[in-house]
Amino acid sequence: MRAGTELPPLEIEITRTLIVAGAIASRDYQDVHHDAELARQKGSPDIFMNILTTNGLVGRYVTDHFGPAAVLRKVAIRLGAPNHPGDTMVLTGTVEEVDGDTATVRVVGANGIGRHVTGTVTVTVPNGDAV
Amino acid sequence: MRLEEDFATRLKAYEGRPAVVAGVGKDPVNAPMIRHWCEAMGDADPAYTGPDAIAPPTMLQVWTMSGLSGHAGRTQVYDELLALLDEAGCTSVVATDCEQEYLRPLRPGDEVTFDAVIESVSDQKRTKLGTGYFVTTRMDVRVDGEPVGTHRFRILKYAPAGKPARTEPARTEPARTEPARTEPATRRPRPVINRDNAGFWNGVARHRLLIQRCGDCGTPRFPWLPGCNACGSPEWDTFEASGAGTVYSYVVLHHPPFPAFGPPYAVGLIELAEGVRIVSNVTGVPYDKVRIGMPVRLAFERYDEELELPVFRADDGRGVEP
Repeated sequence: MRAGTELPPLEIEITRTLIVAGAIASRDYQDVHHDAELARQKGSPDIFMNILTTNGLVGRYVTDHFGPAAVLRKVAIRLGAPNHPGDTMVLTGTVEEVDGDTATVRVVGANGIGRHVTGTVTVTVPNGDAV
Repeated sequence: MRLEEDFATRLKAYEGRPAVVAGVGKDPVNAPMIRHWCEAMGDADPAYTGPDAIAPPTMLQVWTMSGLSGHAGRTQVYDELLALLDEAGCTSVVATDCEQEYLRPLRPGDEVTFDAVIESVSDQKRTKLGTGYFVTTRMDVRVDGEPVGTHRFRILKYAPAGKPARTEPARTEPARTEPARTEPATRRPRPVINRDNAGFWNGVARHRLLIQRCGDCGTPRFPWLPGCNACGSPEWDTFEASGAGTVYSYVVLHHPPFPAFGPPYAVGLIELAEGVRIVSNVTGVPYDKVRIGMPVRLAFERYDEELELPVFRADDGRGVEP
């Protein structure tokens, strides 16, 4: 685990099913995450992914890389361009800082219209200094 | 503007007040909800299954969600704040930031409780989505009274800027369409008339736009003031504006909607032929066709039985873009 290490990118197809399944799994019934007609009435071209799903995907991206022993300490994300159905989001990450067995990873998720998410994940990897 | 300042002050008063008091998670942390989440996320981490399973830490907020059955523990204060923003036209909401800290893993059987406080309400912000306010809350999540995590959440409550094109999904910015005009519901505010400006309003009542002129140096001035900006002399007389002018500058007001006005509308800074400038409405032309340099002509518009104001009408369409 070294500062500067780049995580392999993870491509996520933004399907309608993913958006709706993520919204319901997070108990988020805001209509803009499942009802395209109401989303359009509110000025969005289609439904869009909710922040809890994005948060889950960012967490998954980091733990997938560091393995099941990795423990998430902090996840801080900011949303930009929305994830609409039919788009693809590519998550990329860079280890910014390592302190013992704890790393700070900068994560960016880019879709067809821009940066959907930028964030920082702090993760502890037991014996991670050896990774 | 005064009204905006008052509104900002009202919003700021919510900072530090509780958003949720003694909220209780609707379900204990449980394996089925964890599995549904992992399926949706495509997360196959073995830490989230089996007898020693923990919940994915990023589910922290999920255990506090109200779902379809109402908000557990949400305060009237928070509802009031949202209602206040709704009234200001900021009826849409989008989450923008989420910052979570996990102090210990949650396991099936854990029953979460939570409190949240309104940390901050931003000034009015213009965003791509529309103009609105960011509201940041901070939630402390506990199990058996012990903290297990914190969750800071920011939403943007906004008035949508425009509706997107329907057929082709917008790839850059949603195409703008005309926002619906809101009809004035109440009467316009009355001018404050005092001894310094009474002569001006007497002129308006007679359909004459009177400009002050310094009795010593002859400099014209507007709006009416007791002394000369150029030489300080208190001596003055008046002369009548010819009514000719041009748009020196302008703004189009979309938001916030004031009860007596129907946005969007253009507010012009009109340079009169006599050399002074006056803030007024530009009429006779759509709000989005007002242009700097556009010739305008004085008119008097009656708004109700007692209020009549000088306005400036686009001069026969000259200078209006086709």
